[in-house]
Amino acid sequence: MAMTSFAADAADERDRGGPQQPLLTVTDLRKYFPIRGGVLGRTVAHVRAVDGVSFTVRKGETLGIVGESGCGKSTVARLLMRLVDPDAGEQVFDGEAVGEQGGISVAQMRRQVQMVFQDSASSLNPRMPVQNSIAFGPVAFGARRADAVAMARELLTKVGLNPVLFGGRYPHELSGGQKQRINIARALALKPRMIILDEAVSALDKSVEAQVLNLLQALKRELNLTYVFISHDLGVVRWISDRVMVMYLGEVVEIGPADAIYTGPKHPYTRALLASRPALDPDQRREEAPVSGDPPNPVNPPSGCRFHTRCPHAEPVCSARAPSLGDATGFGHLAACHMQDAGSGHTAASVLQ
Amino acid sequence: MSTAISDTTPPALAELAGPAQRGYWGTVGYRLRYDPVTLFFITILVLVILAAIFSPWLAPNDPYQESIIRRLKPPGYRGHILGTDELGRDMLSRLLYGGRITLTMGILPVLVATLIGGGLGVIAGFAGGFVNALIMRIMDVFYAFPSVLLAVAISGAMGGGAVNGMIALTLVFIPPLCRVAETATTQVRNLDFVDAARATGAPVRLVLWHHVLGNVLGPVLIYASSLISVGIILASGLSFLGLGVKPPEPDWGLMLNALRQAIYVSPLAAAMPGIAILITSVSMNMASDGLRAAMDVRS
Repeated sequence: MAMTSFAADAADERDRGGPQQPLLTVTDLRKYFPIRGGVLGRTVAHVRAVDGVSFTVRKGETLGIVGESGCGKSTVARLLMRLVDPDAGEQVFDGEAVGEQGGISVAQMRRQVQMVFQDSASSLNPRMPVQNSIAFGPVAFGARRADAVAMARELLTKVGLNPVLFGGRYPHELSGGQKQRINIARALALKPRMIILDEAVSALDKSVEAQVLNLLQALKRELNLTYVFISHDLGVVRWISDRVMVMYLGEVVEIGPADAIYTGPKHPYTRALLASRPALDPDQRREEAPVSGDPPNPVNPPSGCRFHTRCPHAEPVCSARAPSLGDATGFGHLAACHMQDAGSGHTAASVLQ
Repeated sequence: MSTAISDTTPPALAELAGPAQRGYWGTVGYRLRYDPVTLFFITILVLVILAAIFSPWLAPNDPYQESIIRRLKPPGYRGHILGTDELGRDMLSRLLYGGRITLTMGILPVLVATLIGGGLGVIAGFAGGFVNALIMRIMDVFYAFPSVLLAVAISGAMGGGAVNGMIALTLVFIPPLCRVAETATTQVRNLDFVDAARATGAPVRLVLWHHVLGNVLGPVLIYASSLISVGIILASGLSFLGLGVKPPEPDWGLMLNALRQAIYVSPLAAAMPGIAILITSVSMNMASDGLRAAMDVRS
């Protein structure tokens, strides 16, 4: 059998707009989960999980998404895969609107975008040998079973697992790191152009995490992939990402190149997040937490800037008006904060500018 | 290049791989072979079914041949290996022939109900929302009646006879099987591997077939097998009321009812149809429990 090439060729026929066209553009993505209550099960409120998120992913880059638990990171991932239907928003994949007239269908988009889930155990069918799990996608798209399994075994080699030893095993016989490698192989089986990694390494211990991260970097180079890397681990996100997007309560508060965000955060929330990392130097140890309390309830988010309830710089204008991020589809360093907006009326606005 | 890897792999390594190249059902079969208890009960079950199928050749006597002077004779009496019943008919022959009707009435309705009820339950559980509400509320209507009453009402409305009895039993078994399948499906569909399968863009039917069904089959199978014994009892209840199988047809349930009156005269004869039912249901339950354990490859 000839070695199948998993690498996207320099001239990938699926690449429609050339290297300058963004691979993914998301505009004003919204998802409100209804809360039902009462005897009749009527909708009494909504959880605003994702509330007007816009961003762009360039071809070949890694966009990191960070934020506290419950800020809507994982919902964004599921919305991008259309595992959850968005309430509003536009998703353009390589110049083509997803699921709209004249664009590409959700199924076509899914062949080019794959996802790796956080829970490596529950994301594998417990009753299926892992090589069959990997082969499922290709078989579903008409590949012959034997060919698909052969390709699955080849992918196992690619993610560093011996197919003779691991191909026929069941998920419960593997460690967390091995399972996550299988999940990565499964995501690669359809030769996607983009992979969404939803807390893909968060559950692994540090040494395994490093191995998997290195594997991801190697695969990205070899296969010409684009990553959306979702994590709450700031260090990992900085290491792997080209650009970083910070989310708070379903909104984007800051987006920009990774180095710019980590060395010069513009939004007070980003600063607080970065400051909350434990210091490596014991003399620099911090005793009090940089942000206090839990994030507000997304069912009933604060007025104006959603961070004003916890922000040390909050002024009346912050609760009155919501700051805007500006042109989120660009690639600059943007922050949704009144202090960044000279005309906002915040006393610190001109000082910081 | 899988072939090259296998070629360069030392034999010892291939040995380590264990049940690697077997596939799911191959693994289940492999596990069953090392489960003597389950194998024993499967053997019993197969023997019972074979005996019922080949009863015309196995039965020593005519099961309908009555004799006033040979009533309720003990086992071994003049060529009657298991004795005779209250009308002097050969017990062994009636048990063998009775197996045909009893097993059909016990197994067939459960089988059909598993396909229909299980199918509806999987659809309801996977689709959720309105479809789920529609299917499950209709099932609740049937649930509101006690199963015996429902079976009597349905077969009474359609008239007696074995076929109508079986249809009634099928309708009675659909709602509980639907519920079990729905619950299992609802649990499975929220797991990430179903999302991962959907994320490949594969058609829903393939996701259902490969990723949902296998994980729902276990609980449904166990429940269905427990219904088979209920089915045999219910069928005999119907026969007792003059619905379902009619005398002089040999049916284990019917025989049990008829011989009940002779329990003080010949307790052994009265017990025989009951023992036949007991052996069949116990084997059925044990075999399906073993099968479920073998299918649960995690343990």
